Amino acid sequence: MNVIWAIASVVLKEMIRRKDFYVLFVITALITLVMGSVNIFNDKSIAGYLKELCLLLIWICSLVIAISTTARQLYAEKENRTIFPLLAKPVSRAQLLLGKFLGCWIASGLALLLFYVFLAVIAGSREHHWPIGSYFTAFVLHWGALAVVVALALLGSIIFAAPSSNMTICFIVAMGIIWIEPHLNTVAVATKGVLGSLMYAIYFIVPRVDWAFSIRELLVFDNPLPGFAVSGGALLFYAGYTALVLTAAWLLFRRRALHT
Amino acid sequence: MHMQPILKIENLRVEYRSKEVGQGTKVALKDLNLSVFPGETFGFLGPNGAGKTTTMNVLLGFVNATSGDAYLFGQNVREPIARQRIGYLPELTYYYKFLTAEELLRFYARIFNIPKNEREKRIDTVLKLVELDHARTRQIKTYSKGMQQRVGLAQALINDPDLLIFDEPTSGLDPIGRMKVREIIQRLKNEGKTVFFSSHELGEVETICDRVGILYQGELKREGRVTDIVSEFNCDLEQAFLRIIGYTPGGATASTPLLHSQAA
Repeated sequence: MNVIWAIASVVLKEMIRRKDFYVLFVITALITLVMGSVNIFNDKSIAGYLKELCLLLIWICSLVIAISTTARQLYAEKENRTIFPLLAKPVSRAQLLLGKFLGCWIASGLALLLFYVFLAVIAGSREHHWPIGSYFTAFVLHWGALAVVVALALLGSIIFAAPSSNMTICFIVAMGIIWIEPHLNTVAVATKGVLGSLMYAIYFIVPRVDWAFSIRELLVFDNPLPGFAVSGGALLFYAGYTALVLTAAWLLFRRRALHT
Repeated sequence: MHMQPILKIENLRVEYRSKEVGQGTKVALKDLNLSVFPGETFGFLGPNGAGKTTTMNVLLGFVNATSGDAYLFGQNVREPIARQRIGYLPELTYYYKFLTAEELLRFYARIFNIPKNEREKRIDTVLKLVELDHARTRQIKTYSKGMQQRVGLAQALINDPDLLIFDEPTSGLDPIGRMKVREIIQRLKNEGKTVFFSSHELGEVETICDRVGILYQGELKREGRVTDIVSEFNCDLEQAFLRIIGYTPGGATASTPLLHSQAA
């Protein structure tokens, strides 16, 4: 475990010392701040719409951070050749993958926490109530969904030849799941034959990142968020899916030749 | 008493699938057998493409052998634990440049599970040994090439290894940098460490090494004590090396003019 933590800590250090995260955070913070201070026709419900937009922005930014941080990890290790002195030590490839995953997931979580705290402060100052528990549940589910995205990006970095293609494909897949997945069931029911079965298969195979995304609407309209059992079930699903994707990544990576 | 080898290679064969269509496989190593014993400094020699780096890649677990086996301290190199007591310095040193030397060494020390109190002492010792104590809090990206090579040496020594594997440690360094690295290797040798290194600097090999192995086109052409090889050929190691690999001075290129006259 010490080895995994050590690798994860280097990923975190790298993120802290890079500038792209700060740029994304400043942009999100500025947009949230501007939206939070907007007052259109003294309409009180405007705060809900602004919250919706800000949450959407947070989702996009969190996906960008999670995917871009993860997708370049193994490429950078190979391109900068830092993987060689690392694997020349008693480090297994499974430990390397787990360390990278953990580092990227924690880094994405820290960025996400900052975004949620910022949003809660801006929305709270506008609405004059502080549903901390709801924000916390939304944050935890969001972070759980990001674990799947991070694992997928790590798997992609073993399959695809370039980080840019991995990033693009991962982003399209994640956005596709968020926007299309909730409607796929309805379409599958309406479609007959092989295509319908195929759609059903896709519906059950793809990770349900859209569950965490749909929490956004409950938060916007101040509806009660799912309880411990439902949230726990969703988190277990995300954990299981993440483990599955990481296992696939390890199976592909464990015997791959690395030439100095 | 019969001494057990620290590094043992048995019938090692590595084949690569050629990237070009219809080219089949390329044999990088042909049934290599090699043993390195405790306290030895072993020079692994050969021209470019001979298979030296491939051998090191197998020893370090980067590449899997097609057949045969390799062992470090009696452990198969496929097991990460086999690398617990080794230090490796790659030919080109690339480390996490956003880290300082101190942070990099702390990271590698954590990998080796060195206890916290001992970790800091070890970092101090190796940084002093490679003369980088003054620059320990500077990010590696600000270091010169020679300094980066010395950070490489420091990371290779952080676990106080019994076997050091160096892949052309002085390549690309200026004479002062080369001399410093050489002095460190000599010091390690005097401390009784086992050193396995590849180099093109045959003068350096002749001075430092006890034994050498000469690899050519994936085959081990010669293995033996430096003094024996030098006395057998009655010349320096460089000349002996050229004769062993069958190089004829000027042979292939003797009839080809170096410059084609444009005047005509």
